[in-house]
Amino acid sequence: MKKLLMNCLAVALASLAVLQTSAAETVKVGILHSLSGTMAISETSLKDVLLFTFDEINKAGGVAGKMIEPVIVDPASNWPLFAEKAEELLVKDKVAVVFGCWTSVSRKSVLPVFERNNGLLFYPVQYEGEELSKNIFYTAEAVNQQAIPAVDYMLAEGKKKFYLLGSDYVYPRTTNKILKQYLKSKGIPDSDILEEYTPFGHTDYQTIVAKAKAFAAGGKATIISTLNGDTNVPFFKEFANAGLTSENCPVVSFSISEDEFRGLPAKQLVGHLGCWTYFMSIKSPENTKFVGDFMKWVKAPTLAGVDYKVSGVDSKGRVTCSPMNLSRMGVYLWKQAVEKAGSFQVDKVRTALIGQKFKGPAGLVTMQENHHLVNNAFIGETLANGQFKIIKTMNNVAGEPFSEKFLGKK
Amino acid sequence: MTPLLPKRELILVSIAAFIGLVVLPCLNAFTPANSALHVSSFTLSVYGKYLCYAVLALGVNLLWGYTGLLSLGQCLFFTLGGYALGMHLMLLIGKLGQYHADIPDFMVFLEFPKRFPETGGLPPHWIPFKSFWFAAAAVVWVPGVVAFVFGWLAFRSRIKGVYFSILSQALTYAATLMFFRNDFTFGGNNGLTDFKFILGHDVNQAGTKRTLYIASGVLLLLVYLLCRWLTSTKFGLIQRAIRDSENRVLFSGYATADFKLFVFVLSAVIAGLGGALYVPQVGIINPSEMAPDKSLEAVVWCAVGGRGNLLGPILGAVSINALKSYATHAFAEQWPYILGGLFVIVTVFMPKGLIGIPEQLRELKRRFGPKHEDKLAPRPVAPTTDV
Repeated sequence: MKKLLMNCLAVALASLAVLQTSAAETVKVGILHSLSGTMAISETSLKDVLLFTFDEINKAGGVAGKMIEPVIVDPASNWPLFAEKAEELLVKDKVAVVFGCWTSVSRKSVLPVFERNNGLLFYPVQYEGEELSKNIFYTAEAVNQQAIPAVDYMLAEGKKKFYLLGSDYVYPRTTNKILKQYLKSKGIPDSDILEEYTPFGHTDYQTIVAKAKAFAAGGKATIISTLNGDTNVPFFKEFANAGLTSENCPVVSFSISEDEFRGLPAKQLVGHLGCWTYFMSIKSPENTKFVGDFMKWVKAPTLAGVDYKVSGVDSKGRVTCSPMNLSRMGVYLWKQAVEKAGSFQVDKVRTALIGQKFKGPAGLVTMQENHHLVNNAFIGETLANGQFKIIKTMNNVAGEPFSEKFLGKK
Repeated sequence: MTPLLPKRELILVSIAAFIGLVVLPCLNAFTPANSALHVSSFTLSVYGKYLCYAVLALGVNLLWGYTGLLSLGQCLFFTLGGYALGMHLMLLIGKLGQYHADIPDFMVFLEFPKRFPETGGLPPHWIPFKSFWFAAAAVVWVPGVVAFVFGWLAFRSRIKGVYFSILSQALTYAATLMFFRNDFTFGGNNGLTDFKFILGHDVNQAGTKRTLYIASGVLLLLVYLLCRWLTSTKFGLIQRAIRDSENRVLFSGYATADFKLFVFVLSAVIAGLGGALYVPQVGIINPSEMAPDKSLEAVVWCAVGGRGNLLGPILGAVSINALKSYATHAFAEQWPYILGGLFVIVTVFMPKGLIGIPEQLRELKRRFGPKHEDKLAPRPVAPTTDV
């Protein structure tokens, strides 16, 4: 009897030891993307690509030998809940790093939380800049990696009149403010720049398109659109109805990527332009592998190395897009920095992150001292299948969050 | 005179108040961070948030449960209260913002210095909010005045029932759209965020968070006692009479519109106070907080907790939000089904809400338990005629 008891105890201890070692071999990583509410349609794709990347890394041996264990929370497109969930990840789960946020307001909501708890956040979606937190790394396109190259391209094409149209929130407002200054510095007079904002979910674009038509009447006009999400459908419909085309008045949109075309009809946008630091149609061995592996993964999503069941991954009609690519770049840069620093401590990783390089699907990216990437920018023409044909590449554009710096330089 | 609280409720409320207002803050302040008993500042803030929601729910209940007015726009008042204090907190940030300017960040990127050059970029109506006391008063009077104007127009025109609900929802929707506009000078979609100080204290410090939590608890207790007192007076009787048959009250010579207006304004002020304490604890206030679905949520808390009594809404607000916090982490992808399913179950099978469960159980026991009716009540006997 006594022997049996001892045996039991030994087994229990051994299993405890196993449990402990297996716990020591994983590292917790937070995913802070809305899986319900209005932003779920965009953010769920980022959650998917993050899990896919964790799977890739775990299969290849993990981060500094540790398997990534995801902690997924759902901030439900609710901005105060973003702050609560961010703090929960940092304080309760003690995650080493968080990948998350899409909208600027969600980032603004969690910023004080990351600064207060000295956390680490990777933010992957094009944004307005004018912000630099020591606790956030912005793999996202800054204004000078997306809007400025697009305008440069339009200027080179001989366009002289610019209609800046956007949804009424911080990203379009700031981007257009910067563009206005930039255009003026390029000799475009005030009278040839129009600026207009419409509320979220706006559907009546008759007046605006009529205005655009009058504006474009003399030719050499272009529309720079920061319209967001589904307002693009009525806008482009009205645009086509008014007899405007990509020939007589091309539209450059900054908020429509391949993933948006899963929910938008691409037909009306054919010929119009997009500008991102990644397109699914990029031809590089890294991209072929990324797209191929991701398409395979969504059909049978698993996560190697840890006891974690992946669920809720849609396998139909999947594409890759810039925010997805930049999410993935963030994970790899973080992995390299952890391995360089030999530690998961935020302060050490932060230092090690500066100067990290990674050859991704869109070419080499480098993390700069200002927490933004040096990245290649591309201009693409929309095709009927919701893909982009790349018509211009700008190599090694250094992201700069503060407009006064890049406006001053030129 | 009957006591304000029945004995059982008194004991229950005292215990809850003692745990909430004394035990938890003490565990936060006096236990080491690694102790099992320690309550972190984060947990305390999250509870503080629930308590503010509970204040809002009490306001909804005062209207819906006691007066029969289903307002689907209570979050408008909650958010207005929040904005009033938030504006003051924004002005306290000073040069610590991203732009290191004297005015809040959003005013810099919207080029307010060009629009309001005479005040250095600060819109004139923001200036009085530099004073804490002005902001604190605005927390009360702004929601109060909005509710008064809306209520006066609605009740005077005898707008009732579902029409009142729809109008209140339209009001909050209109306000949301207005606040979403950047030109409206309240920060647009981003709203107000990144607060640093309140009354000279760092909002991120444990002590400040604890104080804010205690203040929320005290506010909830006071509002609860106020509601308890109000509903036990003659006024409360008329309130319930209006709920049950407004026309009879009207024909008995009571100006029901005035009574309803008073309750509506009172519940708006209650909501505003809750909103004001909510903002420094969650750290952000923006127009999506007044979107119609938020007000619907508040109504759901009341329905799930049990309306028409005072503990139900508190129970509903705290438990649903605690469950939401838990489920969005533990079941990040399935939680909407869990919460939705719960709402359906409660509304279908528990018409009196969570607070009505003991009563329902007693009812079930009486119906299906061992029959000993003869002991409890005398069987009806054939009527006898008086001699």
